[in-house]
Amino acid sequence: MELTLPATIENVEKVTNFVNEELEKIKCPPKAKAEIDIAIDELFSNIANYAYNPEIGKATVKFEVQDNPQAVIITFMDNGKPFDPLLKADPNIKLAVEERDIGGLGIFMVKKSMDSVEYEYKDNHNILKIKKHI
Amino acid sequence: MTINTNKEGEKLTIIPEGRIDTVTAPEFSKAIDDNIEGVKDLVIDFEKLEYISSAGLRVLLTTQKTMSKVGTMKLIHVSDVIMDVFNITGFVDILTIE
Repeated sequence: MELTLPATIENVEKVTNFVNEELEKIKCPPKAKAEIDIAIDELFSNIANYAYNPEIGKATVKFEVQDNPQAVIITFMDNGKPFDPLLKADPNIKLAVEERDIGGLGIFMVKKSMDSVEYEYKDNHNILKIKKHI
Repeated sequence: MTINTNKEGEKLTIIPEGRIDTVTAPEFSKAIDDNIEGVKDLVIDFEKLEYISSAGLRVLLTTQKTMSKVGTMKLIHVSDVIMDVFNITGFVDILTIE
């Protein structure tokens, strides 16, 4: 199953709903669902904010289920500027409140909550694939 | 998302319902900003919150920085799902969670 739509912040919800419908079919547990929904928010909003800025381009979100062991694989594709979010340094999560900054926290959460996150730039496309065992 | 607010003197309670994500974080931020004046005791009730992404964490961090100077801020009814987010990000150390 896949969905192609303009990469805008407003469309994050459409992507979330599209994926949630599929997750429902495979009876995904609530915790994994929340983690996947958070990952969608972080990754799709990244595309919306950076890939085509200041233009608006399209993104495709592909949903697959793998068996044995059961896992969900979601692939985000856009043909905007090459951008590997995995290169972003992990934030220092030990700093005191006054010194804390939010930069890099989103992708850090995705890396920590998914079983794998892979980035590839191929045929002018950013391809980011996340996998979560459920 | 829906946000309920309840202000009694210097105490403000904010109850967000649904998701705090990239789309809704500005609403959450505005609900706090619009009511925060004169508040010394801020309670954020997460009972009806499904999840929070980094856009929402940004709002919590900014608000915590503000409240640290003038009073207290605490989070109540934090679910396991949201607690995981706070653990992963180290927010568990900078927020007061009951």
